[in-house]
Amino acid sequence: MKRSLVQSIALYTGVLCLAAFTLAPLAWLVLMSVSSPDDLVQVPLNWWPARIDFSRYAALTDLDQEQGQRFLAALRNSLIAAGGATAIALIIAVPAAYAFARRGASMARLFGFLATIMMPPITYVLPLYHVFGAFGLLNSLITLIVVYAAMLLPFAIWLMKANLDVLPVEVELDAFMEGASTLYALRRVVLPIALPAIAATAILSFLVAWDEFFYALIFTSDLSAKTLPVAIADFSAGRVTDYGVIAALGVLATLPPAVLAILFQRFIVSGLVAGRVKG
Amino acid sequence: MSYRHRTTGKWVFLAPAIVLLSLIMLLPFGQTLATSFTDAQITALQTPANWVGLENYAYTLTDPYFGQALGRTLYFTVVSVGLEGILGVAVALLLNQQFWGRTVMRAIIILPWAVPTIVNAVAWRLIYHPEYGALNSALFQIGLIDGYHRWLSDSGLALNFVIMADVWKNFPLIAYVALAGLQTIPDDLLKAAAIEGAGAVRRFRAITLPWLIGPLMVVLILRTIEASRVFDIIYVMTKGGPADGTKTASFFVYQEYFSYLRSGSGAAYAVVIAAISGLMIIGYYIVARHQTKVAA
Repeated sequence: MKRSLVQSIALYTGVLCLAAFTLAPLAWLVLMSVSSPDDLVQVPLNWWPARIDFSRYAALTDLDQEQGQRFLAALRNSLIAAGGATAIALIIAVPAAYAFARRGASMARLFGFLATIMMPPITYVLPLYHVFGAFGLLNSLITLIVVYAAMLLPFAIWLMKANLDVLPVEVELDAFMEGASTLYALRRVVLPIALPAIAATAILSFLVAWDEFFYALIFTSDLSAKTLPVAIADFSAGRVTDYGVIAALGVLATLPPAVLAILFQRFIVSGLVAGRVKG
Repeated sequence: MSYRHRTTGKWVFLAPAIVLLSLIMLLPFGQTLATSFTDAQITALQTPANWVGLENYAYTLTDPYFGQALGRTLYFTVVSVGLEGILGVAVALLLNQQFWGRTVMRAIIILPWAVPTIVNAVAWRLIYHPEYGALNSALFQIGLIDGYHRWLSDSGLALNFVIMADVWKNFPLIAYVALAGLQTIPDDLLKAAAIEGAGAVRRFRAITLPWLIGPLMVVLILRTIEASRVFDIIYVMTKGGPADGTKTASFFVYQEYFSYLRSGSGAAYAVVIAAISGLMIIGYYIVARHQTKVAA
């Protein structure tokens, strides 16, 4: 349809507003992280820093400095917790999804799985805390990995099932006809063609675990297990006088998910949309 | 050989998932339920808990502070999800137009979604900073305010500023769902309506909105379930304050547990929250099932 000049102006005004609304908070965070401490305490603000200062990034990635130790330990913990949980969730989710997609496990049961993650964690976190405490597993990455795996599992099963549903069953049947065991067919026939679906599920799961705060806040207490979100909350609640450090931390914690989100946009958006639209 | 005859493996495949979810969620929830009938406390002394029957519930259900926390949670949820829905649909309509730079715009709106929740909270807290925040400075320099404001220090307003931060992070999700819906509307339908003389508003109300309502319902209910458990963003931005102005239900129970160390009454609050969540989950189930039937 042809647009009039007025319509075009309205359209591009809308686009510019949307771009500003989306990008301004991020741009400000990046600017803060490279502004000198003096520039950040002007009233009103100097929007553009007098000089670009990358020293905070240097300090945060320097193991010889206290800030660097805190950030790098949290980064390591986040990578291990999110990565480990994603791996375990997928190992458990793939066969479960297979049972729903190919073995007629009832949809009501699948919904039962989904319902468990919809319950607010506050309703079951305290008994968990006591149990982990009794086993000496508080402040441990193993605890986070197990809890995160459970948190990721229902959505991972759901997403994998939706993806397996659309894969052709004929190749599998052929394998069975030739006497393949179920396990063999799953490994050699289903997994290879489901690889893109598994990758999409893995990326989304990783991002969800990377973002998790509540369990990490309650189950961890020092550098050996605190994840990035908890470390950032600590930094921001502490007596940090330089807000640029907090901004730099925010930028660093946002980079991995932002890069994944942009690179795998199509995967992620279709995964999110599928996960939320279909029943 | 029919495919369906290979059913022996079903339980073997499901067992690990059922075991993990039972251990991490179902059993602990059962424990919460049991604790809610006792006067248990979190102490180092291991004082034995006494059975108190429904006493905790009698208190919980008449506790005005808990009622207020539930009210705030309802307000946060309705306003956040409502704004996200309106903004999400508006953005989707915009991104469904032909314009220069559309691919880039569709790509960059994923960025707020990718920002971790805690980073989002920290970033907006800095933006709202009473002395050096970007919001004060920008509004002052444009001339919209005469002096700097302490945005998060007004107990009546603080929750609205938290909502603003939440909307910024979560509108992309709704926008993507709505955009996916818009792309399935047959062009002919809209063209025919235009030829019949239906204006843009009429076409939106008669064709577009009914078309989107199904998928939107599902995503909005899911967002409602998520928003009603809000904790992270409150923890970082306001810690429930000022004067409890942003203390939502999850935060209320968190304090009952970890500040006041009352696990018995805390568990009763938690069970009330679980019951409300259960109702929402059933609502989701009904809508999602209806959607699947419509789609099929």
